[in-house]
Amino acid sequence: MRIAVIGAGAVGSSVVELAGEYGHDVTAFADSRSAAVDAEGLDVDAVLDRKRTDGIVGDADLEDALSGPYDVLVEATPVTLGDAEPGMTHVEAALTRDRHVVLANKGPVAERYGDVRELEADSEGRVLFEATVGGAMPVLSTIADVGADHITAVRGVLNGTVNFVLSRMAAEGLDYEHVLAEAQDLGVAETDPSFDVEGTDTALKGVILANVLSEDREYTLDDAEVDGIVDIPGSVLELAREDGRTVRLIVEVREGEVRVGPRLVPENAALAPTGTYNTVQFETEHAGQLNVSGLGAGGPETASAILADVGRLDRS
Amino acid sequence: MSDSQNDIRAYTLRLELVDEPGELLRSLHPIADNGGNLLSIFHERGNVTPRGHIPVEVDIEATPDRFEKIVDALHEADINVVQAGTERYSEALTIVLSGHVIETDLSDTLERIQASANATVTDVSLSAPEGTADTSSARLQIAAESGATGSVLEGVREVAAEKDLRLIEPLTTEGDR
Repeated sequence: MRIAVIGAGAVGSSVVELAGEYGHDVTAFADSRSAAVDAEGLDVDAVLDRKRTDGIVGDADLEDALSGPYDVLVEATPVTLGDAEPGMTHVEAALTRDRHVVLANKGPVAERYGDVRELEADSEGRVLFEATVGGAMPVLSTIADVGADHITAVRGVLNGTVNFVLSRMAAEGLDYEHVLAEAQDLGVAETDPSFDVEGTDTALKGVILANVLSEDREYTLDDAEVDGIVDIPGSVLELAREDGRTVRLIVEVREGEVRVGPRLVPENAALAPTGTYNTVQFETEHAGQLNVSGLGAGGPETASAILADVGRLDRS
Repeated sequence: MSDSQNDIRAYTLRLELVDEPGELLRSLHPIADNGGNLLSIFHERGNVTPRGHIPVEVDIEATPDRFEKIVDALHEADINVVQAGTERYSEALTIVLSGHVIETDLSDTLERIQASANATVTDVSLSAPEGTADTSSARLQIAAESGATGSVLEGVREVAAEKDLRLIEPLTTEGDR
């Protein structure tokens, strides 16, 4: 497949770097200011090098990339809330040309799921978005395989930054501010961690799950009940630990509701992964509980989910 | 995720006591000594059995293991156990409340949780590392009637919201299947 990658952050750059290994050619690559396009396939090393040294990927612009030669557009620009722009415009540009779209950006499927599905219905192209929920883990493909009708509830620990903070607080008896600062030093948490610690990122993933599971209703972030872990006192984790429990930020999608909040779980439960690990637990109608664990973030990890989607499109 | 520590159930014991001073107290020792949680005692003094015994109905909460030990201990103490069985199953819920737990009147909070639904607070642990006037946390274990965990939690949410306390809920699986 010929791939156009929009977005040159950790995820987009990893897709460009790994695409060849998965048997695909990168024919376009764009960040917000520049683009490189080559119908024969880009010189990946040269393009990534230029991004590192000059801060641009090439001399073309975004429009050239969007209208360029590709079979699949990979949308990996930063998440935006509300109208999900400019990601939505990129999705539309590809689908209007009957090209496939693979999303790493959660915005379009969390905030404008109905619009995405409508554009897809009018196009020969398909939209896949495995990478938007749980990074490397096969979450949406598990739902597709089990069947949304046979899943009664989904719960998940879906934010590595938050999970790192809660695990460290519980293990070391340290307070919130201290552990958050440490996470920032390690690069586990962003300089502005509010998107993670306020629960927004986890909620967006829950909303995407609700959209995929629901047949007739569209969800957006406004439909989710969201509570984060900001300033959670160490005494909460201490009391939980004394009782053989711990606290995890968990999203629950059940009976048409999306709820995110810190929850008490047994210390050794599947839903108590440690460090930056993520876990998703499905309650199924005929197959009991299914748990999927893995790395929920990171450039190469997320790129592997994106390239799995590209592979699915290639086979179909 | 079941563990026997959490499998707390409500039981009713029907005892027949000899009409002598101290018999009631003597019958309660085996319960307390074996970790039973006394919920209520109905002492039918005016209703003597044909053999001259006084019927007493005792509601307790215990894990199934402990309940067995309690019944054995009552037999050993020569207390006449007429009936021993589960009246209703109850489910243990553990929650943590955090914030000005003490200043917002913890005992009132507990009373309202018990009043708001079919629930009994069976254990309270408090952590106030900064002193009682600052942020503190309390872990509560609540025994709820089977099938009522949803409404019990709803009641807890209301009290917590009103008192501006942060509520850490347990993950419940009620209604999944």
